[in-house]
Amino acid sequence: MNAVAEIAGIVLGGLAAGTVLFIVSVGLSVTMGLMGFVNLAHGAFAMFGGYIIVLTMNRAQYGFPAALALGFFGTAALSVVLERFLYRRLYRAGELDQVLFTIGLIFIFIAGTTIVVGSEAQSLQLPPSLSGQLNLGIVHYRTYSIFLIVIGFLIALGIWLTFERTRIGGQIRATVDNRRMAESLGINVDRLFTITFAFGSGMAAIGGGLGAEFLGLDPQYPLAYLVYFLIAVSVGGLGSVIGVYYAALILGVLNFVLTLYMPKGGTIFIYALTILILLARPRGLSGGKEQ
Amino acid sequence: MSVAASPADDAAAAAPIENPAARALMRRHRVHGWEALPWLAGIAFYFAFPDYLSFGCDLLVTILFALSLDLALGYAGIITLGHAAFFGAGAYAVGMLATYNIWTEPITGLLLAALVAGVIGFLSGMVLLRTRGLTLLMLTLCTMALLEQAANMAAAYTGGFDGLPSLPIGPVFGVFAFNPLYADTQYLFALSVLFVCFVFMRTLVYSAFGQSLTGIRENILRMHAIGSPVRRRVLICYTISAAMAGVAGGLWAQTNAYVNLSALGLDRAATVLIVLILGGYGRLYGAFIGAVVYLALEHFLAQIYPTAWQLGLGILLVFIALFARGGILGLAEALWRRYSGKLSRRLRAERAAP
Repeated sequence: MNAVAEIAGIVLGGLAAGTVLFIVSVGLSVTMGLMGFVNLAHGAFAMFGGYIIVLTMNRAQYGFPAALALGFFGTAALSVVLERFLYRRLYRAGELDQVLFTIGLIFIFIAGTTIVVGSEAQSLQLPPSLSGQLNLGIVHYRTYSIFLIVIGFLIALGIWLTFERTRIGGQIRATVDNRRMAESLGINVDRLFTITFAFGSGMAAIGGGLGAEFLGLDPQYPLAYLVYFLIAVSVGGLGSVIGVYYAALILGVLNFVLTLYMPKGGTIFIYALTILILLARPRGLSGGKEQ
Repeated sequence: MSVAASPADDAAAAAPIENPAARALMRRHRVHGWEALPWLAGIAFYFAFPDYLSFGCDLLVTILFALSLDLALGYAGIITLGHAAFFGAGAYAVGMLATYNIWTEPITGLLLAALVAGVIGFLSGMVLLRTRGLTLLMLTLCTMALLEQAANMAAAYTGGFDGLPSLPIGPVFGVFAFNPLYADTQYLFALSVLFVCFVFMRTLVYSAFGQSLTGIRENILRMHAIGSPVRRRVLICYTISAAMAGVAGGLWAQTNAYVNLSALGLDRAATVLIVLILGGYGRLYGAFIGAVVYLALEHFLAQIYPTAWQLGLGILLVFIALFARGGILGLAEALWRRYSGKLSRRLRAERAAP
């Protein structure tokens, strides 16, 4: 009974972390799939949104849902401005310029946050309804983790349905598959990209806020978790919601297990696994073998 | 034989140098007088700033590391985020051999570092270089992270997070000993190593092999079409670049007399990328300019105003990516072209209207 409880605890903790990873990364996957833009600064939007959410709750005493909404829309608005004025110029540039540009943006976000808020880590005060323990029959576990897993599943389901069942989802899938053909058919790819970019950044903001409680939130956030976001996206497959969901959950559980049992260098297995998967399937788990 | 040569053929055979494009191509690899400047500056630095010689060593190592990246990224167009893997491999090779007193001679130590890094570059390149774009970026990044975690895990041999301090490094040629407190020998040694590596690289990029690398960067499909063994050339280039990064890492370990995990991290890989692009990639001297500007600014600004330094660096990177893709040298070249174009137009106008 004790072993079952321990395993359940590990799996639930890992799934909760993976869920946060999914919520942050899903927008990155879709925007990269749409435009082929290597946006290393995606984590910076998660941090920006996380700060809005945490600060509005801690200092302005907003409720959790209101703060999340504020973070989502604030970050989405900022990302639209950046996309219109800066990102747009680099769509046809090489990957190297995109990498350089987004690393520059990360530095600006880190320095800006340090100047405006300070370099100390921010902590999220959970509302009392989420901070207790929940009886799941075999195990008592933190309500907040269960809440995250459920929310993440609903978000994945919602985005998946949007992709499969709506007009705009069809347009996104068509553009990911073949952008020039989609443009020829009259799909306004520019507008589509702005919308998905804003939505993806908003989701990243929510992920940053929801994860602040156990990932922490300080100005180094966009660099600290950069590799994890990229692994989730590249292993899951560009432009694939379900692929990123699975990849993020696996990554979350693996990371949880490894940091628990092999705190020193255990993450080596994550990198090795990523290399093996990408060598076998360069376009990710959900992508085809090779073009 | 029977067909009379046309006048155009005659002209081409007799004086191919008359063609401005051919002349430019033949002149490209000639040694220019101004190319002595960096080396004179390097020697002048030794006499002018005796208090900054350890900073000078860092500068020289960074230049060498950026040069090695330039070979892979600037010439062959391999976009990698994990070049510090080879820097670290070289550094740990030198460091571990020295700590356990297996090998402390510095010159052969650097060759061993090159060998270790080159082998890792060759083996990883064999599998990684099949991919492109984000997948390649991720694979290079993960290879580096893999090595970093391996060094972290094998703490019994690598010292783990703390690294290996106070390495015993033998004297150069058995005569010139490294003084751990004053880096004069280290500086001259590093300058000599950089010079040898630079001459090697300069010869390489102007050779037929180097030209084919540029061709692969500019148009890989066309290079395939004319029958160039693209994959083999890219792999060889990646291996040489890795070996050179290994030399840079080994030199770093020798001049500092320590090795730690900072040799292998994303920080170092990103820094060298920034240095190279700031100076201008795909041109031999970009690494020099970039390293001098970056390290000088970092050395004097970052300690006093760390946040402002990061903000300024970020704005600079965004600016370069948006407006000045050739870096500082590219910007200088564009200005020079514009200025010299104006000058020659004015001269021509003056000659035309006496």
